[in-house]
Amino acid sequence: MEEKKILETLKEKFPNGVLETTALLGDETALVRRDDLLEIVDYLRKKPFAFNLLLDMTCVDFPGRHDRFEVVYHVFSLALNRRLRLKLCVPEDEPVDSLIRFWKNADWLEREAFDMFGVPFRGHPNLTRLFMYDGFEGHPLRKDYPLRKRQPRIALRSPE
Amino acid sequence: MTTRLEKMARPESLLINMGPSHPAMHGTIRVMLELDGERILNSEVEVGYLHRGFEKTCEHRTYFNLLPYTDRLNYVSPLINNVGYVMTIEKLIGLAVPERAQIIRVLMSELSRISDHLTCLAAMAMESGAFTVFLYKMKAREYIWDVIEATTGARMTTSYIRIGGVRADLHPDYQAAVGKAIVETRKVLKDVHGLLDKNKIFLNRTRDIAVMTPENAISYGWTGPCLRSTGIAYDVRKAHPYLIYDRLSFEIPIGERGDNYDRYMVRMKEMDQSLRIVEQCLELLKRLPSPVLAGGLEPAEAVRRSRSQRPEEPVRLSPNLEGSEKAVYPGILAADPRYVVPPKEDAYTSIEGLISHFKFFMKGHGIRPPKGEVYFSVEGGNGELGFYIVSDGTDRPYRLHLRAPCFHVVAALEELIRGHMIADVIPTFGSMNMIGGELDR
Repeated sequence: MEEKKILETLKEKFPNGVLETTALLGDETALVRRDDLLEIVDYLRKKPFAFNLLLDMTCVDFPGRHDRFEVVYHVFSLALNRRLRLKLCVPEDEPVDSLIRFWKNADWLEREAFDMFGVPFRGHPNLTRLFMYDGFEGHPLRKDYPLRKRQPRIALRSPE
Repeated sequence: MTTRLEKMARPESLLINMGPSHPAMHGTIRVMLELDGERILNSEVEVGYLHRGFEKTCEHRTYFNLLPYTDRLNYVSPLINNVGYVMTIEKLIGLAVPERAQIIRVLMSELSRISDHLTCLAAMAMESGAFTVFLYKMKAREYIWDVIEATTGARMTTSYIRIGGVRADLHPDYQAAVGKAIVETRKVLKDVHGLLDKNKIFLNRTRDIAVMTPENAISYGWTGPCLRSTGIAYDVRKAHPYLIYDRLSFEIPIGERGDNYDRYMVRMKEMDQSLRIVEQCLELLKRLPSPVLAGGLEPAEAVRRSRSQRPEEPVRLSPNLEGSEKAVYPGILAADPRYVVPPKEDAYTSIEGLISHFKFFMKGHGIRPPKGEVYFSVEGGNGELGFYIVSDGTDRPYRLHLRAPCFHVVAALEELIRGHMIADVIPTFGSMNMIGGELDR
């Protein structure tokens, strides 16, 4: 597969779904529309691309923007030995489609993003906090969460 | 609030907590088990007990300042974390690193990888009853950590790799010390192979227990030794070579069945390969000229003399700064003053050096990569250790995210232990090499 072909093919296949493509510093990136995420991921997972490994998923918070959160996926194709970054912009409290149907590690990754940023994922079977505890207030990796914020004490859990 | 398992559990089955303070739960992790007798029907893994807010903290530290935090991710192989973070920044700013520093980085990464695997397997063996193996492996690790200590000044929290190179050159007797570590490690590996490979007790607890299929491993995003144990030869060092890995000859050992035993075996074989790489690095370093250091003025004397005129003689630095003399700088650090701490000799004796020293550490100055985002990964002890950094052009990262390899591995624990005995949790969990600092960040 040629250097630029992945992004070009993707753009041709999804003229409306792929909003922007860049390849800064060699990291190929496609900004995709939120509604087309599942379709695009499904397409990418099939041959000839076979992006079968979800390397990583995370969020970036840009308070003040209309689409406050940027959800960033890094996918990897073992067959092509290529990485691809998919990004999508999400307004606050708007859901993103869960990728749990494609990748099992999306379960924990999405729980982490929900925990840290409060981005809800549509179709996730158990969207609870991953690192923080029940009763934790706020989402710590949001930019408006102060570094040294104190949390209220939670009641001791009594044995039933 | 009730957990998922408590809601789902059948009324007649027994719920048991393993952890968070169980001796075999390396670090702290809680595994809730739903049991029928000794058989595990279902389980739920709860992580986050070691969450320190690494990513949040990093957003409030400068690029130089946050380096020590990366030591505390995978605390058995801190040097690989340093390399991963530093190389991500170097990719973002486009900084070339001197060859000697690259070789030192590879050398230190591989020594760390060996110590990482030794620790993992030592713990795994001890928890399944082979205490001798634990002691042998700890002995080998000591020799490796002696080298690391003599080079970096610390055993665990090294902060040795710097943006643009490494902090200091290797210590004068490194060839002998590394040679000794190699010999001792080889001996230990041979002993351990003899003790465990055909050991009936060990085999019963590892062979065909917690089998992972290649498809499932990929679906879980496994990388590193765990993925390779299922038969997929993916190694970042080969797939996306960084530093000088493309010039070195080594193999990627793979397993066949993806069970606990294969995960053990792949790690054992990987240590052999790492030792090969270390030997090649020693050879490469021998060929490079090493700078001659002469004694010089006391720092206080140099400062006093430079009030009237800049002294010609070299300055003798404090023993704490051994290996980072100005004479060795060209070999170990890039020449770009924007990204590298100026040599102490300059900071002591010249106004230019002092200014660049202050500029480097002053708030709002320091290392300021251009705007943009970058992902870079190295092969860590557990797999692909990736950093995703978003820079907004200031001296601190806008967002720093770590792709922790064991996050994805531990996510599969629930599925791996389903249907097995409680006792199988221990070797399964041991073979995964969960590192709390890296998983919970």
